Amino acid sequence: MAIHPKEQRLVLKYADEPGYTPSIDSYLAHGGYDMLKKAVTMEPQAIIDEVKASTLRGRGGAGFPCGLKWSFVDRKSGKPIYLICNCDESEPGTFKDRQIVHKDPHQLIEGMMISCFANNVAKAFIYIREEMPYGAKILDEAILEAKEKGFVGDNVLGSGYSCEIVVHRGAAAYICGEETGLIESLEGKRANPRIKPPYFPAVLGLYNCPTIVNNVETLCNAVHILDMGAEGFKKIGRPNNAGTRIWCVSGGVQRPGYYEVGEMTLGELVYDICGGPLPGRSIKAIIPGGSSMKILKNGERYKGKNPDGSEYDWGLEDIPLDYDGIAAAGSMSGSGGMMVLDDTVSIPAALANLMAFYSHESCGQCTPCREGSLWLKKITSRMVHGEARPEDVDLMLDVAGQIAGRTICAFGFAVAWPVQSYIAKFEDEFREYAAHLSDPNADRQAIKELACNG
Amino acid sequence: MAEEKKENLITVNIDGQDLQVPAGTNMVEAVKMLGKEVPHYCYHPKLSIAGNCRMCLVEMGMPGKDRATGEPMLNEDGTPKIMWMPGPAIACGTNAAPGMHIKTNSPKAVESRESVTEFLLVNHPLDCPICDQAGECKLQEFSASHGRGYSRFIEEKNVKPKRTRLGPRVTLDDERCILCSRCVRFSQEIAKDDVLGFTDRGSYSTLTCFPGKELANNYSLNTVDICPVGALTSTDFRFKMRVWFLKESKSIDLESSVGCNTVVSSREGKVYRVTPRRNDEVNDTWMPDSGRELYKQIESEDRLSYSTVNGSQTSAVEAIKAAAEILKGEGVAIVGSGRNTVEEQFVLKQIADQVNAKGVYLVARYGDGDGILVSKDRNPNVRGALATGLISDLPAEQLSVLASQIDSGEVSTVLASKEDLVAAGLSEEQLKKVKLIVIDTHASATTKNADVAIAGLTQFEKSGSVINQQFRIQKFHKAVPGPVGSIDDLAALSAIQASLSGETFPSVVGTVWEKIAAEGNIFEGLSFKGIADTGVLLDGSAFSGLAFVEGKSLHFEPKLEAAAAE
Repeated sequence: MAIHPKEQRLVLKYADEPGYTPSIDSYLAHGGYDMLKKAVTMEPQAIIDEVKASTLRGRGGAGFPCGLKWSFVDRKSGKPIYLICNCDESEPGTFKDRQIVHKDPHQLIEGMMISCFANNVAKAFIYIREEMPYGAKILDEAILEAKEKGFVGDNVLGSGYSCEIVVHRGAAAYICGEETGLIESLEGKRANPRIKPPYFPAVLGLYNCPTIVNNVETLCNAVHILDMGAEGFKKIGRPNNAGTRIWCVSGGVQRPGYYEVGEMTLGELVYDICGGPLPGRSIKAIIPGGSSMKILKNGERYKGKNPDGSEYDWGLEDIPLDYDGIAAAGSMSGSGGMMVLDDTVSIPAALANLMAFYSHESCGQCTPCREGSLWLKKITSRMVHGEARPEDVDLMLDVAGQIAGRTICAFGFAVAWPVQSYIAKFEDEFREYAAHLSDPNADRQAIKELACNG
Repeated sequence: MAEEKKENLITVNIDGQDLQVPAGTNMVEAVKMLGKEVPHYCYHPKLSIAGNCRMCLVEMGMPGKDRATGEPMLNEDGTPKIMWMPGPAIACGTNAAPGMHIKTNSPKAVESRESVTEFLLVNHPLDCPICDQAGECKLQEFSASHGRGYSRFIEEKNVKPKRTRLGPRVTLDDERCILCSRCVRFSQEIAKDDVLGFTDRGSYSTLTCFPGKELANNYSLNTVDICPVGALTSTDFRFKMRVWFLKESKSIDLESSVGCNTVVSSREGKVYRVTPRRNDEVNDTWMPDSGRELYKQIESEDRLSYSTVNGSQTSAVEAIKAAAEILKGEGVAIVGSGRNTVEEQFVLKQIADQVNAKGVYLVARYGDGDGILVSKDRNPNVRGALATGLISDLPAEQLSVLASQIDSGEVSTVLASKEDLVAAGLSEEQLKKVKLIVIDTHASATTKNADVAIAGLTQFEKSGSVINQQFRIQKFHKAVPGPVGSIDDLAALSAIQASLSGETFPSVVGTVWEKIAAEGNIFEGLSFKGIADTGVLLDGSAFSGLAFVEGKSLHFEPKLEAAAAE
């Protein structure tokens, strides 16, 4: 894929270079493993401090500061510390980790080894989603290559430090990407998320040992933080949003794909880089960070106060493309899976599609999510199959409200937020839909076709 | 000890009321201490915390601390400022910490419970009219007390299997299952037989056995007891009786020396089921399946329903008279039983003294201990026989000493209670050599050869006490009347003793206890009424030299010297 001039590539710097292969030779030819060589000469705490100072935030979804996460790890328990690379990338609309794994696996391995060294980890896991069998194969081969060169395994680069990396293929469920569900799955059980307290991974993680779970892109950034230094890293992006991010743009744009960018606005990404909507269409809304995030409506003004007291008043295209910018607009940058909905998309039909997904992926462990997600699926499916009732809108809001914040894991929010935000932004469309569908002359076949796979 | 405990107490605030609880108490239990209830399904005091039903959601807050200084934040009136969590927390997974505040009845908490109740009912079949759990169903109760009372669900409900055989004794109705995972955790943590799990996802999750496995362990029916809804049902009890008709009598499982506490449920003189009764020192809330089957002996085909003298039916009074006459002769030996109650053993001891018995025997009965709630000693009350002085050493499995006494002519009369002497090693020829009196409940080779056979009562038809492996004396109560023609074993023995001694002798448990306590043994100061429902631990140190056979089980460690002797 051609690199757009407005991109700022760091993690995917070489991935799309002609002739660049996943082999270790390509990686070494581009300065690969130099940072690991540097790391093993450093004090582990110095690396942690550097990552902390870089203000690197997690790229998996929640955006939690990586250095802070590392600092929570229970180092006094005497138990081994595990590091897990979360490569379950299952949030709909997200396909960035796949690029790294497929095209530059050694960068991930180097990032992991630096992180493992910093945190005194002797065994690390890459939990890769089941649907990426090729990626798992690439990783397995890459680890073998790295072992042969002494980057992984016993006595890394003669430093006396040893660490193994195990690739574990996931169990093909969305919930396997939730960190405690992932840990359960890695232990060989159903991926039912654990209750917190007491099962905070930093204290009681894998096999009840302290465990760090980081996203692929996050771990890769460890390499660049050591390379550029925390200060250099922080120069990319706005304060508290350091570093580049890989955005996965899909839906109604001319050039969907993955783009790694520094500081820019949402409009620059969608219009300049992705070419804007398809000819003759317009952008209706954008789901900024994976399907569970709240929707942003085009044409709406996003107003509020910055932390410094100044006021902002943005259109959709003005929203800063980072954690805090999108949060200020009322959503989250999540996993970077940006879905663009153009004017041909029916919001109720889109919601029905999403609810079908989430009810299918609810693990079924706790009541609100298990029953609420399927109920919402049944309501939305009924709506788009020609039997919407005017009272469904309020019922859906109630059901979503009964789920959000009352479940074991954040999946409850993932179900509730789309419902709440789609209705908040497009309530008229839902109500019109109900009215329209109660019209006996409505073209039900057309509506059903529109309803996709709900 | 008491002082030490006090130091660990911390203060929490529940609905505005301060309460002292041991640190770490979970909030469901803490609220219980106030006499209130946080409704819950998945939480069980004897299982790990799952936190999946979300019924026990409450509001929770901690005293605030200034981030900069670490100083406690105070309200204007000087009280600590409580920082309430934005979302509700599960009470079962929230352990008491100093200063913790919870609200169990705030609008948010009430609304959370209503929400969960609504969710649990959307795919529930609501088939209470044909459900065995109706009347003792948590979902039914909480839907009434914590539900909104109406439904907003107009979609089609999920359909799941209605009658899955999970094992020989448990039948599953998957539609009623609320996926609380109590049964799964029980199988893993208590029964140590990990055979249950969920298949499928979300609302389609279905409880099932692992492929090729079944829920067949001897504790499988506990899953039925702890199932908060009507999903897991006892194949034996299913569709037999509505639970609200059942009379509950406190009892004890007499299949081994563990002495699980039980409840016997009966209606109109018929026992329908036996379920465990909580005793945190003995069986927690569990009992073996085997102990639940014991009630079937009441109506078994070989049940003795009348007494006989020389093979012909007679009244109990005539039989007792005949027995007393025989016992007035010389050369009497007595075979008591580890299945007798303490009271019966006490009277047998009186009789033994009265007739100057040539020997007093018990028959040992051993099986495999399962390390949980069935012990190796399958007699429930050998310790009772020791404590009453009926015997002074542990019994043997065979009555070989008695056999030689009969062969030598030293013994010419045998009084046996609740034992089949043929099963214990005597030949029918030997039985024919002696005058034989038997008090028992079921026909055996011994009763067939008896000169006097008195029809006694099963444990379900009488009251009494037994001493378990811990030297804990526990009592059970009469649940149903015995068959017409039978007589309480204790009354029969007392009447024999009265006849032999020529003095009146008490014939009911309460008054026999006055005599037992007067003996000045380890029962001193005790009365039948004084035995708590969960038993009274006696001082068994006088018997610590004996090599009891029991191994380790739930809440029981064998004494060191006994273990060494083994």
